[in-house]
Amino acid sequence: MSDQSATAPQSRLAKALDSDFFYSFRRSPVAVVSFVVVMLLVLSAVFAPLIAPYDPFDPGSLDLMNGFTAPMAPNDFTGDVFWLGTDDQGRDVFSTILYGMRVSLFVGLAAVSFAMILGITLGLVAGYVGGWVETLIMRAADVQLTFPSILVAMLIFGIAKGVIPIQHHDQMAIWVLIIAIGLSDWVQFARVVRGATLVEKDKEYVQAARMMGRGRGIIMLRHILPNVLSPVLVIATISLALAIIAEATLSFLGVGAPPTQPSLGTLIRIGQDFLFSGEWWIILFPSVTLLALALSVNLLGDWLRDALNPRLQ
Amino acid sequence: MTEKLLDIEGLSVHFPTRRKLFVAVNKANLTVEPGEIHGLVGESGAGKSTIGAAVMGLLERPGHIAEGTVSFKGEHINGRDADGMRALRGAKISMIFQDPLTSLNPLLTVGQQLVETIQFHLKLSEADSKKRAIELLDRVGIPMPDERINQYPHQFSGGMRQRVVIALALCSEPDVIIADEPTTALDVSIQAQILELIKELARERQTGVVLITHDMGVIADTTDKVTVMYQGEVVESGTTQQVLGAPAHEYTKSLIAAVPRPTLKVHRFPQLSYGGRQIEFLIDDLARNWDRPEPSKSGTLLKVDGLTKTFLQSGSIIPSRRKYFTAVDMVSFDIREGEVFGIVGESGSGKSTVARMIATLYQTNGGKIFFDEDEITQLKTAKDLESYRRQIQMIFQDPFSSLNPRMRVDEIIAEPVKHHKLLEGAAIQHRVDELLERVGLGSESSRKYPHEFSGGQRQRISIARALATQPRFLICDEPTSALDVSIQAQILNILKDLQEHLGLTMLFISHDLPVVRQMCDRVGVMRQGQMVEVADTETLFAAPKETYTRELLSLMPKLEGLSTEGLEDEII
Amino acid sequence: MLTYVLKRVLQSALVLLVVGLVAFSMFQFVGDPIDNMLGQERTDADIARLRTELGLDQPFPVQYYKFLENAVQGDFGVSYRQGRPVAEILVERAPATLELAAVSGFLAISIGIGLGVFTAIRKDGFLANAIMSISLIGVSLPTFLIGILLIYLFSVELGWLPAFGRGDVVKFGWWSTGLLTSSGLKAIILPAITLGLYQMTLIMRLVRSEMLEVLRQDYVRFARARGLKDRTVNFRHALKNTLVPVITVTGLQLGSIIAFAIITETVFQWPGVGLLFINAVQFVDIPVMAAYLMLISVMFVGINLIVDLLYFAIDPRLRTDGKGAH
Repeated sequence: MSDQSATAPQSRLAKALDSDFFYSFRRSPVAVVSFVVVMLLVLSAVFAPLIAPYDPFDPGSLDLMNGFTAPMAPNDFTGDVFWLGTDDQGRDVFSTILYGMRVSLFVGLAAVSFAMILGITLGLVAGYVGGWVETLIMRAADVQLTFPSILVAMLIFGIAKGVIPIQHHDQMAIWVLIIAIGLSDWVQFARVVRGATLVEKDKEYVQAARMMGRGRGIIMLRHILPNVLSPVLVIATISLALAIIAEATLSFLGVGAPPTQPSLGTLIRIGQDFLFSGEWWIILFPSVTLLALALSVNLLGDWLRDALNPRLQ
Repeated sequence: MTEKLLDIEGLSVHFPTRRKLFVAVNKANLTVEPGEIHGLVGESGAGKSTIGAAVMGLLERPGHIAEGTVSFKGEHINGRDADGMRALRGAKISMIFQDPLTSLNPLLTVGQQLVETIQFHLKLSEADSKKRAIELLDRVGIPMPDERINQYPHQFSGGMRQRVVIALALCSEPDVIIADEPTTALDVSIQAQILELIKELARERQTGVVLITHDMGVIADTTDKVTVMYQGEVVESGTTQQVLGAPAHEYTKSLIAAVPRPTLKVHRFPQLSYGGRQIEFLIDDLARNWDRPEPSKSGTLLKVDGLTKTFLQSGSIIPSRRKYFTAVDMVSFDIREGEVFGIVGESGSGKSTVARMIATLYQTNGGKIFFDEDEITQLKTAKDLESYRRQIQMIFQDPFSSLNPRMRVDEIIAEPVKHHKLLEGAAIQHRVDELLERVGLGSESSRKYPHEFSGGQRQRISIARALATQPRFLICDEPTSALDVSIQAQILNILKDLQEHLGLTMLFISHDLPVVRQMCDRVGVMRQGQMVEVADTETLFAAPKETYTRELLSLMPKLEGLSTEGLEDEII
Repeated sequence: MLTYVLKRVLQSALVLLVVGLVAFSMFQFVGDPIDNMLGQERTDADIARLRTELGLDQPFPVQYYKFLENAVQGDFGVSYRQGRPVAEILVERAPATLELAAVSGFLAISIGIGLGVFTAIRKDGFLANAIMSISLIGVSLPTFLIGILLIYLFSVELGWLPAFGRGDVVKFGWWSTGLLTSSGLKAIILPAITLGLYQMTLIMRLVRSEMLEVLRQDYVRFARARGLKDRTVNFRHALKNTLVPVITVTGLQLGSIIAFAIITETVFQWPGVGLLFINAVQFVDIPVMAAYLMLISVMFVGINLIVDLLYFAIDPRLRTDGKGAH
């Protein structure tokens, strides 16, 4: 006779939808709205070639006469209407924003992924193996933490610029940007994972696995890693917002995405010149988009942190 | 008729959650008179701590008092607002929590915390408050109070810290003290001292004390009256003598029957007959498919000789300046095949460290370990140790951390089998299911995750995992210390079955002497890293040779007058 | 305790050496200094001569040592772009950045801690929630956007405050301050707010979450159980414990203010070392980049060291190491 209740185990999906986690998601209007906004922005960026009415980077399709058209107002010369206006070269602002978001999102996601993989691996190893390995990794982290990540990213970019021959600059810019932001960001992942690893290491299920004779690698991967991931998720979302902002900042300063492959930051930089002469739309719409993206990702991350915090339950 | 200090009538505490209404306490009654120590006992989830919090107005939201009254010296207090409750707290009714480490602010000195409370309640000058603080520290038994008053909490040991906490609770001469598990986090010897202190203070100042605990020994030795709770309901109430000696309610009867006695030995503990479902363990069935290896020729399965372990206490670049701490110091003993060998000692005695060295979790710093004639300490590589590791298994103390929360139960139990490549394919699942059935959990448990099970159930999963490789030797490191009394009884029964039907040899580590008496054939006593005495259990308990052993035995709860109803068939 | 201080100082020195190495490597491997300094019309003889003059034919460690030696004396070489000694340029522009950093740092810390404590204590109040929501915007807005927005509002539309530059400055020896003139004061307002806003939001959120954590602790519960007033509990018990981790992070933030100044200076064309650095990156002006890097590291490492020592002074648990509890 067993003392388990007679309910059959629910399907994984049913369990997930019924969980406290999803419940608090449903109940929080902030979380739902920001999730929707993020999805909208991401999808429009992914499907940009299909959605954008114009291809802003095809020089053939541009008509300089279209330049400086206000939003929704027919152009004095050609009569074309652009939803969000055009910039100085006649590029449709709406289209440039869609393509710009692509770059911003791509760089942001890639940089965070890079930072995560690097940080989690180093944090796991540092926490579990300990000894001089841990000391080395943590000292490197400390050294890097002394410097704000923006600075580190700028430095890496600057060095790369000096090392890579000029003709490749534009092409490589995106990749250098990804590596620069990623390298400047791994530390927080490493620290959190190391801290969590130290806690899990002493737990008895790890002792049980060690007693069995399981190898270190298997224990780290199979036992410890799944249990240290939940704080990582929160940091990752917030990191994404920061990476997007960092990329925008670097591009704005001229040490990021080039005008040939502009991100939202580059667009804002271009638009700044025209702010004082009255063509406000060139800078406004990319700014609003950037803000919407960063804000909704941040809101999601904030909500996630509260939802996953076991002590607040 | 002496005036009642505290009178709780029909108290109900509700916690509305999103799924349903959780009734933590249902129509509870309790009274406390001056100078009386009233015990509130029950297992986890009984609602005893909730009552304490409700009286103090410290319920965590969304908990609230749904009905009933709490009266202090005849006046209702449960309806009072925040300010009203605060006026009472600390001044008339004080509370002591379980963990002295987290009850004190680490950044303020003990004196600062005392003076602040005294000044606030008694409105004395700073100098007078300090004098009073020193007096209080003296009264609770802190030596050199005028010096120690300027120290920080981390400079006090656990027992001393709890005394400081008691001093803080006494600052304003309260009429009632609510003590929530005040000794659970302390060693047995310190526990006795703190309880003695509480008894003295109650007598001296005619304070009423509500002593919340899960420990029957504390109840039997300290309280005048006792109220038993089960899942929010008051099940029985009366004088301690009455309730413990001749319990009326079914639950109380079975609860008391499950308490290990220092003076009796039982064959198996009777299972909880109230509320909980009956569970059958089918260990004898397991024996049919059990591969028993050749018994060892000498009859000794495990032999430990001069085992030593040192830890680095303070590091330094210069080797000669490093300080080491000897956790285990030249310990020797042997365990015969088929017997249960116990090691007892207080915290810090080194007993767990010994277990971990035998389990290959720690490297030894000296000495040898022999398993069935093979010297284990000689083996260096993981490959060499494979065979040994298959034959020994361990059951840990904390059921909440001994199972990987992200692995399914069947994966957890199958892991050792797969690692040692003992079975393949469907045979693995088959074994997992069989083991789950035998420990009373049913094969439908296999697809669930650990958090879906209670503490006792998780411990049974641990046992199933341990049995998966059909080991010869089982190390049990405080396997029931974190469990309720009735669940403890279940687990101890299973372990006994394992010994009897499967011929398992066991090393049983515990600080709980009555439990050791029940379970073990032979016992070793450890103190500060050294093995002080080894003897047959009965001999050790009846005629201990060493002074330390005698001291330890004297600290066992007497549990006099505890009813033996329900145990008659089992007594050996 | 002495060992702790020694360890930290040693660590800091190590960090500086590593940074020095990185800075020096930039010289070695990035671009060719000879190329940058001589024009198109140069002969092999010129190149060889300059090489020996600059000591570029020496082995790596020798050059590294010379580099450090010079750096410690304040000689960072000559800017590729401006042709002037780097040290001179830095001294000229440092006060602008330092003043900006100081003003915004002060704003950020004082308002940040204040709001953080407020939103923690009045956790469920309407005002607190409103502040928290607005703060999220503060964290999501890139610094440069804040700057642009402020410029647009207060300069272009309202015309109250200047959009760029530092206003009139008063010189004291090598230091120049803008705080003593009315145009200087007006000029520093927008940049200071821009620079400080992000930091302030971060500090506020940090203080709030730390304080909430502390308010959950047993000793706070116990203090309440002793009937102490809310005010006592919040400020005497909770705040002190909150400040310990906050101090570490705030210290790091101070460092990052100096780095974020780069952005603010770019937006407002503020003549500080930040603007200098970004221009140097664009032109690959290695000497300036290297010098900025070294100077910043000295500052950061110094701040970190002070923060660590402060930590020590505040938490008694670190002071009484070695003595057992009894």
